[in-house]
Amino acid sequence: MLKDITIGQYIARDSIIHALDARIKIIITTILIIALFTIDTFSGFGFFSAFILVVVLLSKISIKKVLKGLKPILILVLFTLFIHIFLTKGGQVLWSWKFISIESEGVYTGFFMVSRIFILILFTSLLTLTTSPLQLTDGIEYILSPLKRFGVPASELSMMMTIALRFIPTLLEEADKIMKAQQARGADFESGNLIQRAKSLIPLLVPLFISAFRRADDLALAMESRCYRGGEGRTRLHELEFRYYDFIALIIIVILAVAVSFY
Amino acid sequence: MLIELDNVSHVYQDENNVKALTDINLEISRGEFIGIVGHTGSGKSTLVQLFNGLIIPSSGTVKVNGKNITNEKSNLKETRRHVGLVFQYPEHQLFEETVYQDIAFGPKNLGLDKDEIQNRVKEVMELVGLDYQEFKDRSPFNLSGGQQRKVAIAGVLALKPDVLVLDEPSAGLDPQGRKQLAELLKYLYQELEMTVILISHRMEEIAELASRVIVMHQGEIVIDDTPVEVFSREQELHKLSLDLPQITEILHRLDEKGLKVNTDLFSISEASAEIIKALRSK
Repeated sequence: MLKDITIGQYIARDSIIHALDARIKIIITTILIIALFTIDTFSGFGFFSAFILVVVLLSKISIKKVLKGLKPILILVLFTLFIHIFLTKGGQVLWSWKFISIESEGVYTGFFMVSRIFILILFTSLLTLTTSPLQLTDGIEYILSPLKRFGVPASELSMMMTIALRFIPTLLEEADKIMKAQQARGADFESGNLIQRAKSLIPLLVPLFISAFRRADDLALAMESRCYRGGEGRTRLHELEFRYYDFIALIIIVILAVAVSFY
Repeated sequence: MLIELDNVSHVYQDENNVKALTDINLEISRGEFIGIVGHTGSGKSTLVQLFNGLIIPSSGTVKVNGKNITNEKSNLKETRRHVGLVFQYPEHQLFEETVYQDIAFGPKNLGLDKDEIQNRVKEVMELVGLDYQEFKDRSPFNLSGGQQRKVAIAGVLALKPDVLVLDEPSAGLDPQGRKQLAELLKYLYQELEMTVILISHRMEEIAELASRVIVMHQGEIVIDDTPVEVFSREQELHKLSLDLPQITEILHRLDEKGLKVNTDLFSISEASAEIIKALRSK
């Protein structure tokens, strides 16, 4: 049951979108998100949706997989929709009952916000779907590195993210093992009401935390004994490299974003 | 028949689809002491997890006490009461505030009453060699590694299983800890007549304790025989990257060099007597 958890959601494919430099992809995503917030018409959203469709096709990831990423935020989206429909006033009164009323402005804003959230999530999930976690943290480190002189520990931050991502599968495996060991002692993780289930997690969580701390200790010692001493002057195995199509992609996006914003 | 495996195969259902076990047929009867050996990745750990239903095999049937535990509806909790499984590094599963509570976790899950739980905790703590009064209120996390392992093993023994399965219980223990563990297993097997299944990389341990040795290789049982028989097949074991017990190895070497000795001995005292005898008669 723990095996179903996938984090980062990276799907490896051999595509032009995957081959783009991680830094460019992060910058492009940022530009698109800013452009998204300057849009005030539905036709702009239509344009963005078409753009997303093109990117998904180029990335060779199935549309179904991309849309699956929207599932977790469905509740948030529905909540936003209802809040706007019932609470935003203005325009024609479409329906009313006692003190509750639905007015045209509310319906319009509701659907407008929902489209915006969907597109926002699609953009960002496309980034994580097509960029491996390691590339992503490398990219973030590069982008944050100018801030180092203001005291932002960019390389430490990215090292922390890398380690965290690296240990997710290890901890899942560990959790699986502890769960089995406790089941062998008659523990029951699968039945009972909510409180009983939460309680039954203690025999799993306590050993898991202890083992995580032990691993962290070991890792720190191992890093130190191999002379790790922070980010300054470190080189890397896979250097990020700009290639000509990275710039082409960036130029295309800037033109698109400007065009959409002034449209 | 205590445990019966019939044509059991298992494939791990993940992206690699590793075939862990192929066509295992195995019968284990009450009162046996079985040693399972095989190099890393030979399927030993997967095999023992079949015995109490922690892993349901992809195909084939597993019967415990004559009851089939491979179909969906079977009562696994009941099975786990009969088959106690001690995992590798069992001290990593400790979680309670006191030694007493941790050992009582299993019996509590069985729904026993307070007095019975206390009796059992007392009993198993004495069994593994932890003084009840001294240790019951201590935090398991402040104990030494060897003591933690004793607590963890006691936690499984408190279920009063018919079969005790241990997956490399001596890994990481110091010589004294290993000796105490071997004595405990011997006591459980000889005095309490418990069925014991022991996975170990230490051939000395297996040779000293087991009444039957199962050799695994790439998910299959390749040898299943008495220790004397198994350890006489030196060439075969070496091919499977397994060793003989050191004592037996020495006797084999002496035999090769022309000293007439019996090579089927596993304990130091027997072997030294044999060597002295051989030297005298020369």
